[in-house]
Amino acid sequence: MKNRLLALACAGVLALATPAKAATEIQWWHGLAGALGDWIDDLAKGFNTSQAEYRVVPTFKGGYAESITAAIAGFRTKTQPHILLVPTYATAQFMAAKGATVPVHELVSRIGAKFDESIYLKGVVGYYADPQGRMLSLPFNSSTPVMYYNKDAFVAAGLDPENPPRTWPEFEAASRKLAAVGGSRCAFTLSWQEWIFLENLSAWHNWPVATKANGYGGLDTELKLSEPLHLHHLAWSKRMLDQGLFKYAGRGNNAQALFTSGQCAVMFNSSAGYAGVKKEAAFRFGIGMLPYWPEFARGPNGGPQNTIIGGASLWALAGHDPAAYKGIAAFFTYLSNAEVQAASHQRTGYLPITSAAYELTKAQGFYEKNPGTDTSIRQLDLHPPTENSRGIRLGNYLQIQNVWNEEMEALWGGSKTVEQAAAAIVQRGNVLLRQFQSDQR
Amino acid sequence: MVFRDRFVPYLLLAPQVVVTIVFFLWPAGQAIYQSVLREDAFGLSRRFVWFENFDRLFADPAFWHSLGISILFAAAVATLALGASLMLANAANHVIRGRSWYRILLIWPYAIAPAIAGILWLFLFAPVVGIVPYILHQHFGWDWNHRLDRTEAMALVILAATWKLISYNFIFFLAGLQAIPRSLLEAAAIDGAGPARQFWAIIMPLLSPTTFFLLVVNGIYAFFDTFGIIHAVTAGGPGSPGATSILVYKVYRDAFLTLDLGASAAQSVVLMAIVVVLTVIQFRSVEKRVHYA
Repeated sequence: MKNRLLALACAGVLALATPAKAATEIQWWHGLAGALGDWIDDLAKGFNTSQAEYRVVPTFKGGYAESITAAIAGFRTKTQPHILLVPTYATAQFMAAKGATVPVHELVSRIGAKFDESIYLKGVVGYYADPQGRMLSLPFNSSTPVMYYNKDAFVAAGLDPENPPRTWPEFEAASRKLAAVGGSRCAFTLSWQEWIFLENLSAWHNWPVATKANGYGGLDTELKLSEPLHLHHLAWSKRMLDQGLFKYAGRGNNAQALFTSGQCAVMFNSSAGYAGVKKEAAFRFGIGMLPYWPEFARGPNGGPQNTIIGGASLWALAGHDPAAYKGIAAFFTYLSNAEVQAASHQRTGYLPITSAAYELTKAQGFYEKNPGTDTSIRQLDLHPPTENSRGIRLGNYLQIQNVWNEEMEALWGGSKTVEQAAAAIVQRGNVLLRQFQSDQR
Repeated sequence: MVFRDRFVPYLLLAPQVVVTIVFFLWPAGQAIYQSVLREDAFGLSRRFVWFENFDRLFADPAFWHSLGISILFAAAVATLALGASLMLANAANHVIRGRSWYRILLIWPYAIAPAIAGILWLFLFAPVVGIVPYILHQHFGWDWNHRLDRTEAMALVILAATWKLISYNFIFFLAGLQAIPRSLLEAAAIDGAGPARQFWAIIMPLLSPTTFFLLVVNGIYAFFDTFGIIHAVTAGGPGSPGATSILVYKVYRDAFLTLDLGASAAQSVVLMAIVVVLTVIQFRSVEKRVHYA
């Protein structure tokens, strides 16, 4: 399929290009290191060799938080980059910083092109759209949480390695079997608990994370994380921990080593962890969807709804000359190209952002060769997103997630009850939401 | 007056003054200025709010918790590091054979960067996969998990910070011990004083300037220089409020992760004030009791 997003505009731009002119430089700051950093460099290289008008220069700024800090410091000294890779948690902040960014839909209209949104996956793009549904930033590396399970351990425990548990009660029963045999000291572990056990727990069951459509509807939003679903799930996780079935490895991605070393039979983690797991695990593993609570699920037919993405998106920053914006638009068009997308998806485990890239990957037989790699996309695209499952648009979200982590640790560490921890999650989070609201004057 | 010229002393002082202005007074002034502003991260909107940041800070239990554990942490690290290094210095001072080897081995940890030291302890104590929790589990049935247990997390960062500091203290104590005239100790021995008596009656008083100096340095180290260790080992966690989130770490978090510059600057100002007050108190009260030979 031909990508029509900016084809016309680009054709016009490229027609004007003359090889004698020096290329306009486009600075791109990001926080992805190692193999992912190499991937970014290759993307820039690919774009730079595809045309002569612009040159994208990627710079690694030392992690998500550092790259944001650097770009913001750049704003204060008028040395900000053209493009910044912004993690999901800072989306609301960049949206609110009017005058600091140029939304994608505006970027496109500035160069007089038509924007075709229908080519993108709803579950990915919805996260980065304004209430009118217009695209603000270009999804770049998006992932959703999935369940990795050790097939060998499943076989040893007499479980079906091709049919992982689909509901939490089934999962608990499986956990007891897994813990009973195979000498595994724990049944399951968990990475990014704030994202998987709160944010996605809510969306997966079609419950809100916060009022006002998770913050998409306004700044006067409040958290809704002390509801029966959350209390039930948190209490369950604490029980599992106390019975030694659940091993908490710490925040972020500390759990991966517990899974790949074979100590825990199941791990809940980002779909983007696939490459790492594949490299490290010495056993056969499968990828399943997140389990759900049948009594709480409010998706279609009383089943699950869809997951919310994590990862980051590309924002075009304000304060550059018009020529540069043409270049940014051309680069974004290049990134949306099905071949480029499909190659990235297969290389990194991140989601493709267009349906065409997904179809292409399917046609290339990638999912047959690597079973389970389409779990994330099937889970994300399970049903059209609702107000509860489109995404999160909360200010101070990094601090809020930090609060969630602290309170979950307080619960698991035994210093708070479920009710106390959930109440603190809501109450402390709301303070941060009000603070963000008052800072937006 | 040593200098006839009125200009030369100022000229000679100039480099030090310039360094102080550029690296201390100017940033400190910036911090004070930022602490009375509320601004969004981009600096697009900026409001002068007088002491709102401080009001917010003093109303925040997390700040008081952080202050409390900072003091606890500093006291624990200084006490442990001084005690352990004095013992080791004393022992090394008595060693005859292989003396220089002992010294090299004891000084070694000081050459290790804080972040590396942090990672080292992190791996040793990593729950489930680390060697120490494994031994604790096998032999004592103790399930070590500093990612959830607040006390264990605090103990671990204290241990890591102390370990790095012992070398530094060791060098000074060893030098101090070697400066004590042998004749004094021999005289005491002839008078029938045992090793313990010699230590408390002669060695300790003569070492008190060294001890005092180290106490100040250790306190400041624990308050400020342990950021790398905390960052690598616990990242301020676990739980709520962060069990190991000492002030210097909280200042970093609020500024660089949450981009709440006003709150972070206000805390920096408080931190600065604490250090100024502590230094004054220490020099005024403790100084009188320190015996400079």
